[in-house]
Amino acid sequence: MFLSVATTHHPATDLGFLLHKNPARVHELDLGFGRAVMFYPEATAERCEFAITLDIDPVALVRGREGGGDGLLDQYVNDRPYAASSFLSVALARGIREAMAGRSRERQALADMAIPLVADVAPLPVRGKTELVERLFGPLGYAVEVTRHQLDPERPDWGDAPYVALRLSGTARLADLLTHLYVLMPVLDDRKHYFVGDDELEKLLARGEGWLAAHPERDLIISRYLKRRRFLIKSALAQLVPDEAEPEQRLDPAREDAAETVIERPLRLHERRLDRVAELIRQARAKHVLDLGCGDGKLIARLIQNPAIDEIVGVEVSSAELGRADARFADLPEPRKGKLRLLQGSLIYRDLRLRGFDAAALVEVIEHFEPDRLPHLERALFGDARPQTLIVTTPNRDHNVLFESLRAGAYRHPDHRFEWSRQEFGAWAERVATEHGYAVRLEGVGDDHPQFGAPGQIAVFTR
Amino acid sequence: MSAETTALPARQIAVPEFSMIVLIGASGSGKSSFARRHFRPTEIISSDTCRGLVSDDENDQTATPDAFALLQTILELRLKGRRLAVVDATNVRPEDRKKLVEIARRFHALSVAIVLDPGEGVCRARNAERPDRDFGAHVVRNQMAALRRGLHGLAREGFRQIHHLASAAEIDAAEIARQRLWTDRRDEAGPFDLIGDVHGCADELEALLAQLGYTVERSEEAGEPRYRVSPPPGRKAVFVGDLVDRGPRVADSLRLVMDMVEDGVALCVLGNHEAKLEKWLAGREVKAAHGLQASIDDLAGQSDAFRARAKAFIGGLVSHYLLDRGRLAVAHAGIKEEMQGRASGTIRGFCLFGETTGEIDEFGLPVRQNWAAEYRGKTKVVHGHTPVVEAAWLNNTLCIDTGCVFGGKLTALRYPEMELVSEPARQVYTEPLRPLGGAVAAAEGLSQQQDVDDLLDLADVSGKRIITTRLQPSVTIREENTAAALEVMSRFAIDPKWLIYLPPTMSPSETSKEEGYLEHPREALAFYRREGIREVVAEEKHMGSRAALVVCRDADTARSRFGVTSGEIGAVFTRSGRAFFSDAGQRDIVLTRTRDALAATGLFDELGSDWVLLDAEIMPWSAKAQSLITSQYGPTGAAARIGLGATRDALRRASASGLPLQELLAKADRRLASAEAFAAVLRGYAWPVGSVDDLKIAPFHLLASEGQVHSDKPHPWHMRQLARLAEADPLFKATRVLGIDLESDAEIERAVQWWLALTAEGGEGMVVKPADFLARGRRGITQPAIKCRGREYLRIIYGPDYDMPEHLDRLRQRGLGGKRSMAFREFALGLEALERFVAREPLRRVHECVFGVLALESEPVDPRL
Repeated sequence: MFLSVATTHHPATDLGFLLHKNPARVHELDLGFGRAVMFYPEATAERCEFAITLDIDPVALVRGREGGGDGLLDQYVNDRPYAASSFLSVALARGIREAMAGRSRERQALADMAIPLVADVAPLPVRGKTELVERLFGPLGYAVEVTRHQLDPERPDWGDAPYVALRLSGTARLADLLTHLYVLMPVLDDRKHYFVGDDELEKLLARGEGWLAAHPERDLIISRYLKRRRFLIKSALAQLVPDEAEPEQRLDPAREDAAETVIERPLRLHERRLDRVAELIRQARAKHVLDLGCGDGKLIARLIQNPAIDEIVGVEVSSAELGRADARFADLPEPRKGKLRLLQGSLIYRDLRLRGFDAAALVEVIEHFEPDRLPHLERALFGDARPQTLIVTTPNRDHNVLFESLRAGAYRHPDHRFEWSRQEFGAWAERVATEHGYAVRLEGVGDDHPQFGAPGQIAVFTR
Repeated sequence: MSAETTALPARQIAVPEFSMIVLIGASGSGKSSFARRHFRPTEIISSDTCRGLVSDDENDQTATPDAFALLQTILELRLKGRRLAVVDATNVRPEDRKKLVEIARRFHALSVAIVLDPGEGVCRARNAERPDRDFGAHVVRNQMAALRRGLHGLAREGFRQIHHLASAAEIDAAEIARQRLWTDRRDEAGPFDLIGDVHGCADELEALLAQLGYTVERSEEAGEPRYRVSPPPGRKAVFVGDLVDRGPRVADSLRLVMDMVEDGVALCVLGNHEAKLEKWLAGREVKAAHGLQASIDDLAGQSDAFRARAKAFIGGLVSHYLLDRGRLAVAHAGIKEEMQGRASGTIRGFCLFGETTGEIDEFGLPVRQNWAAEYRGKTKVVHGHTPVVEAAWLNNTLCIDTGCVFGGKLTALRYPEMELVSEPARQVYTEPLRPLGGAVAAAEGLSQQQDVDDLLDLADVSGKRIITTRLQPSVTIREENTAAALEVMSRFAIDPKWLIYLPPTMSPSETSKEEGYLEHPREALAFYRREGIREVVAEEKHMGSRAALVVCRDADTARSRFGVTSGEIGAVFTRSGRAFFSDAGQRDIVLTRTRDALAATGLFDELGSDWVLLDAEIMPWSAKAQSLITSQYGPTGAAARIGLGATRDALRRASASGLPLQELLAKADRRLASAEAFAAVLRGYAWPVGSVDDLKIAPFHLLASEGQVHSDKPHPWHMRQLARLAEADPLFKATRVLGIDLESDAEIERAVQWWLALTAEGGEGMVVKPADFLARGRRGITQPAIKCRGREYLRIIYGPDYDMPEHLDRLRQRGLGGKRSMAFREFALGLEALERFVAREPLRRVHECVFGVLALESEPVDPRL
């Protein structure tokens, strides 16, 4: 990765005094994770340019963290040795510490002065849209020039690389420019190579002094810089702007994860769906209840409040989700905790542990199975487990046209294998009910639309 | 005292070798020494010992509840394991014994009571000698009183044998003899001919016996007809019951079987129709329904002696037999695993009638519970009772009642040959009350086994598992790995009916010491030479995505052989069991063209099979890995190019101004070249796929076809067969192969050159295999294959700069032990899955192995190996 800063402030070679680096020499610094090499590609009185390049040890990067990494760093093939990231920020902080702090032994007046500066960074990873670069640096007074690159110039069909070559130009104190880069490069990259702890909050507050509080993208900067650690974000906001809070609502809308939540959030649909299912279970007067595909336990959290229920068994195939559910209910007081059991299980295998229940709920589960595996689910649940009441919820595809953020024909969640219209779900429910000796009743959940129906649909099977 | 100690003649107490023996006697009656004298220490469960185990004090009465909880647990576990258990406690009150009898009943163990009653005086005297038993005289007195009060109730409590030893002399004179259960004929190994429900069809029975090679002669002896039957040498017939009722020649059928049993050439278990007939023979009132009238009519014309003999015969029939070292069980209506070789009223009832759901079907008959659908035992169960059109194995059970009396046929199973032999019915003697079932599941056209297999059982795959395979006696799968596999299997895998195999992982060679190389053919070849293998093959390694292709001749084959009713003719799946093609249209074209090529080359016919399983590589890599290319590999190349380009330009400018940067500049140039080389490798494995015509399929194993797993054929055979596909259709690509004699240095050198040439033109590298699919090395079957990847290719594994000397030296340090062990275990499981599939074992047995491969894949092993 490469970063350079140049000035034309006469005499330009005074840049060397600001950086505490003699332009006539090559400077090297061992950083543990690699070596920084600092040198001046150009050093004349008219123009002086300082460059820092970072040579990261790719083998140590992987071998040092085997097993404990976040996935990407476990691979030898990754962009970390090449792309500007928190590694580069660390190199700046360690390599030109005095300049970052705005101190100069020989030229303090110059260090305190705004001078014409041009900075180049390549390649700068940008997660999200390229405009974000402008939105981050523009408000700080820089002219922003962004050059896009193709993934492979010989394979234009592969599209653009997620990097830009960035050029910032403006008149600024050198320390300010470096500090802006220090904070905003990792924000654009949105991945940190180290664990974000409490001291990171102090670092951000110190580095952001004088500009961050008023920055229009403040919340996004904080959220990404602190790697979305909610507690830290809250503290950061509280310290920067004590009167504004509630950061959760505005956490980085550029984030594409949890697409379904984003799509459905304005409706609070999932909350309403879970409330309705809990109510249906209450109406069924069920004492022994299965939550099939319980995820991290949102429905269980409702069921556990219902004193009429003696036993709740949550079944989930994902060990990770089950772990989260386990953690959620770890501190439940004993009488309620004793009612709850969490099991790893799959709904397309016969499971004797699931027999003999009064009610079972499958909330937003069936659409995660390939259609050709659904018959196995039918046989396992309707044919073998056979709860008295079985509640199945699934999205109503008819309603999808009303979601502005959803591409036409797309599903609400990337793992959905299908989404059914009301007619399709109804036909399926009728057939399954007939084949397995259940009666079925259908209803919608969420605000009803005269033409497209409610966003969610529920089938209640009873026998 | 002296009178009591006079020796009495020995008295034999015969107890079933599997039973619960409850010793009953007051404190000091000598139970513990009696137990020690007659039973092994491990067979005795003593309340004193249990009290000691839970409280450190055998006499601590406050520990009694816990001690009994422990005693009962041990009792349960012993009985569960079919072990004799002797309960050494006072057991003088009925309430003491009730729980014990309940446990014995639950595990189908007979309860035996041995009452030790030397008299109160003896007990008191013995207690007085023991300092730890300083309780008052009233204790023994009360115990004796309770014991005597309860004696008469023992039979009612459920004790099947009660032995009362009423003096010290009797106690001393007692001897225990262990008797095997009547059902236990494990020492009889056959061979057997197991014969289905006869129901008076003596014509067909005589003909069937003749077909089986028995000679049947009928003569007159002592005024009665008498059959003399000679079986083929060593063989014995086994009748599954229901000899009588419904059919035309009940008396003859009964006579034939009675004579055979009497002469020791047949065994017979009790059928429900015999049980009912016995009541009639005993003069009890019975309703002559379900064909009993036929028996009554026929037997009425027989002599009193015959009827008496029949009554005694039926009275002596047992519920089931366990034969051939426990490998075979025979019962009329079948028998569950936990009942085999045991005895109880429940077992007798099950063996006669099976289980019913309590519901009545539209024909007014009880709905039968399909116990066989859930049967998991290793013991084969052969039974009758439920007439079916064709006898077909279901989970290691076989119903051989093919409804002869209803106009079907009389069927025999030759054991251990497992051949079915049958004799068609001469006519319909009785109309069946409901249509014969079993052979075909409703409209789907599936066998009963296939229908049952449609829903696999979680208990057959979850938790820690130990799988027995032909290549490795036990492959252990840890619980956390089966949990991971369950998630993948449930969320992503295709229908398990197609998933009869998953390919194993493959280990690379040891690292090379040659300069600039991480892997080199010399190490791969040296591995097999060290294993003592001479003939190996090197196969070109294609860089695509691994795929297994199951291809049937047509949808009918898919239905009959795989139980798939969707109309698909096969499946293409990845190493993790996912559908290879997300586009069903592309999948169908690939399957159809593969099928057509297999037909055109004549391979289907030559293999005598309507289906084939191929192991292949499908190219380009980008067809499956495009998202990896655009999200990980491509960006890495781009970042390197952009960053290093900027760095090099800056270095050049600085260098021009006189800074001493030559070394850094040279390094930047070299890294930029590596980045370009990396991008070039990537490009070579990625090309746009618009249609199936843009794909290349390179099959390299013809793994299995009907009745055969082709692991018995050497790799050159596989390659020859598969090369024919490439001639038939350009979709297929033949794989280049080189045979190498490891004794010849020239051939090794040739292999090195071959590899250098392959990799120079952009190939991934090569795979070295012993010429034989299964090759014996120094310690049993050796690694099936070792890969040796090209120098350029490894950039996309270890990163663009991996071959810089400072990196390479460290990368050379890598451990292969875990990877090799995993590769071998997966290989063993994969082939085991296929062996089981071609042997037509139930799907769960195949799935267990396939699931195991997936589970092993979740073990943490360096993914770059």
